[in-house]
Amino acid sequence: MKITNEIINRHGINQDEYKKIVNLIGKKPNLLELGIFSAMWNEHCSYKSSKKYLKTLPTKNKIVIQGPGENAGIIDIGDNDALVFKIESHNHPSYIEPYQGAATGVGGILRDVFTMGARPIAILNSIHFGNSKHPKTKNLLNGVVSGIGGYGNCMGVPTVGGEVKFDSTYNENILVNAMAVGLVKKNKIFYSKAQGLNKPVIYVGSKTGRDGIHGASMASAEFNEDTDEKKPTVQVGDPFTEKLLLEACLELMKDDSIISIQDMGAAGLTSSSVEMASKGNLGIEINLNKIPCREKRMSPYEMMLSESQERMLLILNSGKENDAKKIFNKWNLDFSIIGKTTDTKNLVLKFDNKEVANLPLSSLSTQVPIYDRAWKKKLVPKKLNYSKSFKTHKIIDSLSKILNTPNNSEKNWVWEQYDSTVMGDTMQKPGGNAAVVRIHGKNKAVALTVDSSAHYCLAHPTTGGKQVVCETWRNLISVGSKPMAITNCLNFGNPEKDIIMGQFVECVDGISQACKYLDFPVVSGNVSFYNETQKNAISPTPTIGGVGLITDINNMITKDFKRIDSCIYVVGKTFGHLYQSEFFREVMGIKGGPPPEINLFNERNNGLTIQNIISQKLVNSVHDISSGGILVALTEMCINSNIGAKIKIPKDSMHENEYLFGEDQSRYLIEVSELNKNKVCQILEKESIYYELIGKTQESFLDLSKDFSISIKDLKKLKSSWFNNYFNEH
Amino acid sequence: MKISVTVTLKKDVLDPQGKVVSQTLKNMGYDNISAVRQGKFFEIDIEESDKKKVKNLAEEFCKKLLSNTVIEEYTINID
Amino acid sequence: MNSSVIVFPGSNCDRDIAVALKKFKFKNKMIWHNDANLPKTDLVVLPGGFSYGDYLRTGCIASKSKIIEDVIKHANKGGLVLGICNGFQILIETGLLPGTLLRNKKLKFISKNIFLKVLNVNNSFCLSYKKKNIITLPIAHNEGNYFVNDRLLKEIEDKNLVAFKYCDEKGNIDEDSNPNGSLNNIAGILSHKKNILGLMPHPERLIDPALSGQDGSLLFQSLLSSN
Repeated sequence: MKITNEIINRHGINQDEYKKIVNLIGKKPNLLELGIFSAMWNEHCSYKSSKKYLKTLPTKNKIVIQGPGENAGIIDIGDNDALVFKIESHNHPSYIEPYQGAATGVGGILRDVFTMGARPIAILNSIHFGNSKHPKTKNLLNGVVSGIGGYGNCMGVPTVGGEVKFDSTYNENILVNAMAVGLVKKNKIFYSKAQGLNKPVIYVGSKTGRDGIHGASMASAEFNEDTDEKKPTVQVGDPFTEKLLLEACLELMKDDSIISIQDMGAAGLTSSSVEMASKGNLGIEINLNKIPCREKRMSPYEMMLSESQERMLLILNSGKENDAKKIFNKWNLDFSIIGKTTDTKNLVLKFDNKEVANLPLSSLSTQVPIYDRAWKKKLVPKKLNYSKSFKTHKIIDSLSKILNTPNNSEKNWVWEQYDSTVMGDTMQKPGGNAAVVRIHGKNKAVALTVDSSAHYCLAHPTTGGKQVVCETWRNLISVGSKPMAITNCLNFGNPEKDIIMGQFVECVDGISQACKYLDFPVVSGNVSFYNETQKNAISPTPTIGGVGLITDINNMITKDFKRIDSCIYVVGKTFGHLYQSEFFREVMGIKGGPPPEINLFNERNNGLTIQNIISQKLVNSVHDISSGGILVALTEMCINSNIGAKIKIPKDSMHENEYLFGEDQSRYLIEVSELNKNKVCQILEKESIYYELIGKTQESFLDLSKDFSISIKDLKKLKSSWFNNYFNEH
Repeated sequence: MKISVTVTLKKDVLDPQGKVVSQTLKNMGYDNISAVRQGKFFEIDIEESDKKKVKNLAEEFCKKLLSNTVIEEYTINID
Repeated sequence: MNSSVIVFPGSNCDRDIAVALKKFKFKNKMIWHNDANLPKTDLVVLPGGFSYGDYLRTGCIASKSKIIEDVIKHANKGGLVLGICNGFQILIETGLLPGTLLRNKKLKFISKNIFLKVLNVNNSFCLSYKKKNIITLPIAHNEGNYFVNDRLLKEIEDKNLVAFKYCDEKGNIDEDSNPNGSLNNIAGILSHKKNILGLMPHPERLIDPALSGQDGSLLFQSLLSSN
């Protein structure tokens, strides 16, 4: 077949790249080889636009066992235990087919975790939809939530946390970021690097069909009017088969049969075979006649680029093939010896006794171009003088308005569709500051959270990047854990545009600064570019998945008030920053202005001190203050407990709306008993932390002033109506 | 007029349910089963007697609701 | 007391029930669905999960497993059988319990803690609920909507074979406290000889005070004291 310029173009390879390819391999690639380049050179697999900046992220410290570059990241949690985790995007497929897109997103991230030998113990997800009034939103929301539940529940892994956000920026480009966490013994970790010559290369799992051919290219292209043509490429997930695959792999991993293993995800057999062999500096030869196929007469092109789910590639020690086959047969899974490792450092594919592709692996991995794209810096938006009319808004009206929005309402409608207690170790379910999952059979637990702040990032990417890491850190501290490490999913528009590239560069810089300062390394992650339709890009949305360690489960703490007559303190100074706050955006419709500043010194100092106070069991409850400010945080502490509070707003130079709704960072609300308050204040003073007493807990009512007294029952109604009304369910 | 609609996954799309049913039948001793595809069946009573109109309506039902045209296809039977 | 937990492809609450049984000092064995015979056992447990992905009908394909013949023999001899969630669905597909479990009324998977009233404490599974008969247990299912024809429903109610019904925190059994549309708020039923219990909620998930509750423990304590 003649390779025309149009064919090259349709493979997502530009003319420059094509010339480079021809130079690298010393010949013109045939169609199959072109398809392989198309998969390995696209953004999703190669990170060509982002690599330069990802290298600036801090990825090491004494608890990091494995940083970015493997299937997932790994940290040491003591006692020969290690935690494997990663977050990944499945945005474009979820927009096209929300149930299957979200389901296969969950499937893919679970495989990334168990391929390293870890039994998955938790799933979290960060999902973003367009404006609730947009005609597509309801269907997408329904589909994505059902899909996540459908896959995760069937796998028997609890979905313990997440976030759901709505904004018009995602109208035509929803985001589905799925995170998985698994537990493994430190001395039983499996990697993907191929080792040893003439070792059998084995394919296990589901048969290969025509699913998702060029899915990775789809993720690297914007949607436009012709998007419909891309439709039939969505994969269908089979969580039952994946559960069998999980058990079979973990069974085989009990001994030392496996040299290396990788799941087949984006770009299927192509990416796994290329990555495994090139990491090991070896070659790989595959006989495509041995690929188990679901459809008749599949071509080599289809076999190599298929993104059929629930498949793994293994390299076994010689002589272990038969025992391994028995295990996979027991679990009713396909098992086929498809090739071997070689010393040629090439990818060699054979079909019907002919060589159909032969490419140097370096051209598909280490020599993929890294781009230094032009980017534009974003200046901090000016603080426009907002009219004094903000003072006229009554507190109760503002609070009602904020709580009755999809972003601030409770999300039970979503997470009650996820089994959050299977595996019997969930200590804090969705709805808290962070999820907490006990390490099976032990006295310790891990805290897990996922966060994003797109509008802060749009306003000023560097600040937004710092803020989202800090918020994750705060959330982990608030449940009594020590923040350990993060995984990140960086969702942006088209990097070929300097404004978008600038957002990326600056968000990464912000993330980097905060992670370095807080000693909170990035161990894994994923970049999703081209989240744009008809030239409308999404707001920059870096999503951070955070992990913390609770060494003694008795030190876990929750945010609901525990007793009446306790003192309530705000820890950290309030300046009343309203720009980019829920109050400005939802109540007053003001979308401009800078995000709240981050002072990393205060962030760390406040956080570590709160950690100290929690570990000394001096507080009854803790809640970090974020979206919606002090009043929304207070509301959440009341609602979960049925205990109210009597609040006296401290006399200050700012208006009560600024005090109650300002979104200044690094702050916490703590509930302290009379018995402990002196000791707590002493500790705060010793660390020079600003704090103020704002009231005491009481029965049944939240009282702010003579104008504001609301029963907890009514508060609950305010916070829980949005989703039920949206879906007409009561 | 009574019509029936059968909705199935498109030919190239994975059918996990069909796969398991096929395997189970084989395990139950039915060796001559080679493949099973699972779908949905709808029976619809329409108050309309013009066959052409009925066919057009049925097409609309299928495209707008009964079938997920991204991964499914449908056949319409008009008595 | 001896117990056997049957593991089907796709079962995923097998480890959870094994942990619970171990905690209460049962001598437990995990039995593969394809084994021909059960070992000597007092209690057989069919655990929760998604056996065979819930494909075709939930519990249907599992009910055709090799081991089921022995489970039926064990039940017919009066041996104890506990079916939890998917296990309940499998028991129904085998015919060991009557009725059917349909899709939840609101057509969504529901995962939450609910209140249950224990209606029949005179059986091996519920003895220990004598002193506490309004309890909390988690549910997590898509097909928990119990349905049976009128004649059988009358029989089940008249013969006091309903073990658990969904209720509110005060014990009121009404529509508001019914999470999935089950007929008469039925959450769990016993066989005629009361040696088989099928229930949708998960007692094995509430056996630990660190994990918000212990109402599940009482079921296992009942079994031990009935031995």
